[in-house]
Amino acid sequence: MKVSNVPFKGTAEQETELRRRIAEHKGEKGSLMPIMQAAQEIYGYLPYQVQKIISDETGIPMEKIYGVATFYAQFSMSPKGQYEVSVCLGTACYVKGAGEVLEEVKKELGIDDGECTSDGKFSLDTCRCVGACGLAPVMIVGGDVYGKITPDQVADILKKYA
Amino acid sequence: MKSLEELKVIRDRMQSQIGPRCGVGETAPEHVEGDGPEKFIMVCGGTGCHSGHSQEVMDRFEKLIKVAGKEKEYKVIQTGCQGLCAKGPIVVIHPGAVFYEEVNPDKAEVIFREHVEGGNVASKYLLREENADGTNDEDFKFYNRQTRIALRNCGIIDPENIDEYIGRGGYEALGRSLTQMSPDDVIQVVLDSGLRGRGGAGFPTGKKWKFACGNRGQVQKYVCCNADEGDPGAFMDRSILEGDPHSVLEAMAIAGYAIGADQGYIYVRAEYPIAVDRLRIAIRQAREYGLLGKNLFGTDFNFDIDLRLGAGAFVCGEETALMTSIEGNRGEPHTRPPFPAVKGLFQSPTVLNNVETYANIPEIIVKGVDWFRSMGTEGSTGTKVFALGGKVNNTGLVEVPMGTTLREVIEEIGGGVPKGKKFKAAQTGGPSGGCIPEKYYDIPIDYETLKSIGCMMGSGGMIVMDEDNCMVDIAKFFLEFTVSESCGKCTPCRIGTRRMLEILTRITEGKGEMEDLNKLEELAKYIQANSLCGLGQTAPNPVLSTLRFFRDEYVAHIQDKKCPAGVCKALCTYEIDPEKCKGCTLCARNCPADAITGSVKEPHHIDPEKCIKCGACMDNCRFGAVVFK
Repeated sequence: MKVSNVPFKGTAEQETELRRRIAEHKGEKGSLMPIMQAAQEIYGYLPYQVQKIISDETGIPMEKIYGVATFYAQFSMSPKGQYEVSVCLGTACYVKGAGEVLEEVKKELGIDDGECTSDGKFSLDTCRCVGACGLAPVMIVGGDVYGKITPDQVADILKKYA
Repeated sequence: MKSLEELKVIRDRMQSQIGPRCGVGETAPEHVEGDGPEKFIMVCGGTGCHSGHSQEVMDRFEKLIKVAGKEKEYKVIQTGCQGLCAKGPIVVIHPGAVFYEEVNPDKAEVIFREHVEGGNVASKYLLREENADGTNDEDFKFYNRQTRIALRNCGIIDPENIDEYIGRGGYEALGRSLTQMSPDDVIQVVLDSGLRGRGGAGFPTGKKWKFACGNRGQVQKYVCCNADEGDPGAFMDRSILEGDPHSVLEAMAIAGYAIGADQGYIYVRAEYPIAVDRLRIAIRQAREYGLLGKNLFGTDFNFDIDLRLGAGAFVCGEETALMTSIEGNRGEPHTRPPFPAVKGLFQSPTVLNNVETYANIPEIIVKGVDWFRSMGTEGSTGTKVFALGGKVNNTGLVEVPMGTTLREVIEEIGGGVPKGKKFKAAQTGGPSGGCIPEKYYDIPIDYETLKSIGCMMGSGGMIVMDEDNCMVDIAKFFLEFTVSESCGKCTPCRIGTRRMLEILTRITEGKGEMEDLNKLEELAKYIQANSLCGLGQTAPNPVLSTLRFFRDEYVAHIQDKKCPAGVCKALCTYEIDPEKCKGCTLCARNCPADAITGSVKEPHHIDPEKCIKCGACMDNCRFGAVVFK
């Protein structure tokens, strides 16, 4: 898991919102994951400071929260770019050339899988099957899905967001 | 909901709207007068079509109908997956079941003018298949050859409207179970039906329920639904949740009644936002109707369901890991016994079934054991949904009776391999399964037959591969997947799969030795025998099955240092075809390694020693003279 050096910039509103969401789950069995998912929704990632708030509010020890945060691929401890780029590497996409698409995105953005560009604009991840196999290969930029793409289309797609 | 009669009132009210949209192989019911619209524009809102901007198509149709003042006559409905994702966004107009393909807002205008206003079929945009004129379901092999049970409502109802589900006979099975059957009767029906787990392993569902049924009413029990569909290339469960969420809720309540549980959990992938939304809406509507909550159908049976979202861990599809994750822990599996039926979620007896398994249950209760057993084979009853993908013309979702041959699924329903390429293998069971080579093209697809050739049914992903796919590379792809998804708890899986991947990587780079093949087999057997959970125990399967059926490809990589399919980069070289090269010098000017020589208007040549295989020459060549093999 990549831990970011970017300073934490959480706001008071975000903190109030997090404490409110934690309170909603009070007394519920197995509520840690839903709480962490809410926290990631609010902050975009789960830095130490956010995990500490969860620990203080729920009484769940930090090492357990850290353990859960590092176990699941969706929890991130480094911030995401303004536009999250995700290349599907599910089987259907892979056999239709998603590997080459990923290489092209890396080349175009100059970052590796799991990293964020220095201007904070794009972050890159790979995912395992978004279930749009009919459109393979698939890439997602800032929530927009692009299907049946070839490596030579990558630059133009990314340009729309630059 | 207090009684079956109350349910029937809603069903009767919906008849005039549901009747005109009948599914594949169904006969249309008699016309019933109603006060709502009786013509329907069904816009597919499954993930595939949604990604293809079907929402804009839907908005356009709604606007057009409003402008034309046809609201009383026509209704636009967003459905779940229609199945034929390759041709999406799909629009179906009822009555008549006229299918339109690849619809965008502009095409929607034309379809509206010609079909809705003009009363003629907009033939230009009809769904095209060979020898099909597109006017009826029966004309399509893709739909015609299917038998839809689990997908019975997908594409036919609005998944966000509980009345439509009830209109198609929904919640009848729950009502009958609660008011006319004992819990043991329910278990007996499921046992007798021969229904086996659709998540892959094929364990008899009735047996699972029977194990968990002791001490009803005395101990806390749970019913869980495994919707953590993690196999890459599989989207059966997602489509059911998106297209017919109530069928799963209803079945879970039936399971709760059968074993004596009052709480259910659905563990669903967070990667499926549309499915999550529709489940939330369905649960809310079911609660409002009193179909979840207290005293269902006027009995003393209580049942409610909560959602739990996964967070991107493949291992959580394994039952013990899934329950550990619902409890809010790292999703690590543990040894069985104790089995979940004895000690499952929160240490209580738990029944856990897959989405597709649940979707079958209400139909079995209503239509009976004999009806269900009339489909499929002796050992594998009913149907199976497959997500057909990869190198096949009709990518999408298909449901066929067990025992259908692979050839029928791929050639007839799937429309064969595109571009006239040759079928090489079909991969089933994802990272736990294997590749079925062409010589088994005519085997019946059922649990036992697939197992006998070292494959498995799996959850239903079926990826077709052609001559351009390298089987060593595919084996490596699946190993990369298991290595990154291994939870790390047990050594054989954590370290064993990594060692196997290293060997495979070596082979694809041309550094393999023949001895490596024995090493792979030895390691594979050890990992299968000693891993803690299903993930590790089945992780070597893709390697073993490709070694068994495509050994010559491994040998070609090792001895001839060649990748016959031209996939493994390290073993391939760029070459210039002197026949096609015009000597324009563009490749040489773009080569970053100065590896290309040749004079103007003369065929050029690539020096393999200098070439860094970046592919710039191929990208720039205007005459298709650069080949990679």
